[in-house]
Amino acid sequence: MAKYLIGLYTDEERLLAGIEALQKASIPIHEVCTPFPVHGLDQLLHLKKSRLPDAAFVYGALGTLTALSMQIYMYTIDWPINIGGKSFLPFPSFIPVTFELTVLFSGVLMFLSYLAVNRLYPGKRARIYDPRQTDDHMVVAIAAEPHWQKAQAVFEKTGASEIKIVEV
Amino acid sequence: MFESPIREPLILGHKTYNQITTDLVSPILGRTSWKWYVTTAITALAMFAGFAAIAYTIWVGIGTWGLNKTVGWAFDITNFVFWIGIGHAGTLISAILLLFRQRWRMAINRAAEAMTIFAVICAGLFPIIHMGRPWLLFWFLPIPNTHGSLWVNFNSPLLWDVFAISTYFTISLLFWYTGLIPDLAMVRDRARPGSFAHILYSILSFGWTGNAKQWQRFEAVSLVLAGLSTPLVLSVHSIVSFDFATSILPGWHTTIFPPYFVAGAIFSGFGMVLTLMIITREALDLKDYITLEHIDAMAKVTLATGMMVGFAYATEFFIAWYSGSYWERYIFLNRAFGPYWWSYWIMVSCNLLIPQVFWIKKLRRSPWFVFIISIFVNIGMWFERFVIIVTSLHRDFLTSSWRMYKPTWVEVTILIGSFGLFLTLYMLFARFFPVIAAAETKSILKTSGDQYAGLSWEAYQAQKRAGVFGSVLQPAHHPDNPSQP
Repeated sequence: MAKYLIGLYTDEERLLAGIEALQKASIPIHEVCTPFPVHGLDQLLHLKKSRLPDAAFVYGALGTLTALSMQIYMYTIDWPINIGGKSFLPFPSFIPVTFELTVLFSGVLMFLSYLAVNRLYPGKRARIYDPRQTDDHMVVAIAAEPHWQKAQAVFEKTGASEIKIVEV
Repeated sequence: MFESPIREPLILGHKTYNQITTDLVSPILGRTSWKWYVTTAITALAMFAGFAAIAYTIWVGIGTWGLNKTVGWAFDITNFVFWIGIGHAGTLISAILLLFRQRWRMAINRAAEAMTIFAVICAGLFPIIHMGRPWLLFWFLPIPNTHGSLWVNFNSPLLWDVFAISTYFTISLLFWYTGLIPDLAMVRDRARPGSFAHILYSILSFGWTGNAKQWQRFEAVSLVLAGLSTPLVLSVHSIVSFDFATSILPGWHTTIFPPYFVAGAIFSGFGMVLTLMIITREALDLKDYITLEHIDAMAKVTLATGMMVGFAYATEFFIAWYSGSYWERYIFLNRAFGPYWWSYWIMVSCNLLIPQVFWIKKLRRSPWFVFIISIFVNIGMWFERFVIIVTSLHRDFLTSSWRMYKPTWVEVTILIGSFGLFLTLYMLFARFFPVIAAAETKSILKTSGDQYAGLSWEAYQAQKRAGVFGSVLQPAHHPDNPSQP
């Protein structure tokens, strides 16, 4: 359990203005929670670009390699079957399964990575500041107690609809 | 925050963020209507009848079906391809329309994706039971085995199907659930703490809080999954069409099958989406979200894809004549004028002729009229698969092996059962999950809500200054959520 000063906003433009003002006053922002993705928030908070798409590419490449090596091993090396004199290495026939496994590896492993980096798992207790943060309120949480007084002034000035101290 | 004035609003009723939440959560946490129980009881009854017929088939064998030596594939594979086709609209709406930045998808993508998953479950039933010995299903998997480790045949489109459909199911499920997590968190926070619903949705929402980093990753993952799903959805029905196209049978071995099947799948999928969404918007009172504009847009897609399918019918006929192949010509003439002429003309009228009414704007915007047409589309697309499969088979190369095919009660009951399974799953979904992607809808409210859309930039700024979009002076208090610590 830790104490936070939170400011609640009901409009995303006010939220962005509020965050900007907090940053200008060099008040460290602990967390910003919104009920929907707010455009421009990640740039404002200087969040690093997510590397999940890069990971998805690597996972996909892993799927391609797995599929090709599996098919070539089974069909060409381990037990070649003569089907009407057709090639033992029918590369075009391998494409559909290779494609599907590429997509499967990429999608499944990226989803699992997404859950892992977000620390999301079934039954996890959600640390929410206010139940309305999944409804229509945007929460800016300030952890550092020495900054609370200054932060409160900024919240008031930038039109936060509510300012309070919560324990999460 | 600015939308061209010619764009119609996508969200009506001057909604606020909180109203969107309330509209979507109240059917879940509120009391269940008796209508839901009655409908679900009927669909579940159909489902269990189907399960009984499947059990009978497995117990006695596929001799209980109307198949014979000549027509070895009929109802089972027709149903399989039909359901796979139904499943295509969901991924099309959520993935391809996401990449094309079509905002109108947001009202229907959640339900359409759910339909995809349920339709693929129904589709997956049929190849398994048509094997006759479903317990040997694992022979399809490339696993070391006791047959000297004799591997599966990677040359066979039937094996590609196994990979394609299981991948399609998995990716659709993950895509759907990725979008559901924030909305399930929304339901969780509306439920009374300690109640069963709160515990259930806490487990299902994986501890989502909606912080900025989570949303950033959410958007990255959604975009990549959409990018992956787009070629996937095209590949799945192409591979299903390979089941036929790589054979040596006139009527099946057609090179236009992959695009033709994909267009048909989108057509039938939109038919089913229209059928279910028109009922859903009535039953759950979501007319402000699934507006006439949405029905209009879907009717246009139906019209376009219906004509693509019609064009494919014409191309097949032309090529059959142009090829100079005697058998090829015979098969197509037999399709249209042979003993199964009626199924061919049901297909042409339902898929090509009847959707032509969608040229008229007034009819596209009349929900009940569109609903009736969508039923015709569903029927037509079922018959398309029946026509392709049965009419190509029933007159074999040797006249002595010509046979007619007639389904038995077992096959018909399994088909009804698959509809029961599909609709039961959909009813459960509509009862326990938000049927519209709430977070995404909220994110477009300020561009597509009717109080914002269609304003000029100056008018928007003036309204904003006047405080139309919410005032700081009124702290928001919601009757459903008086939770202040």
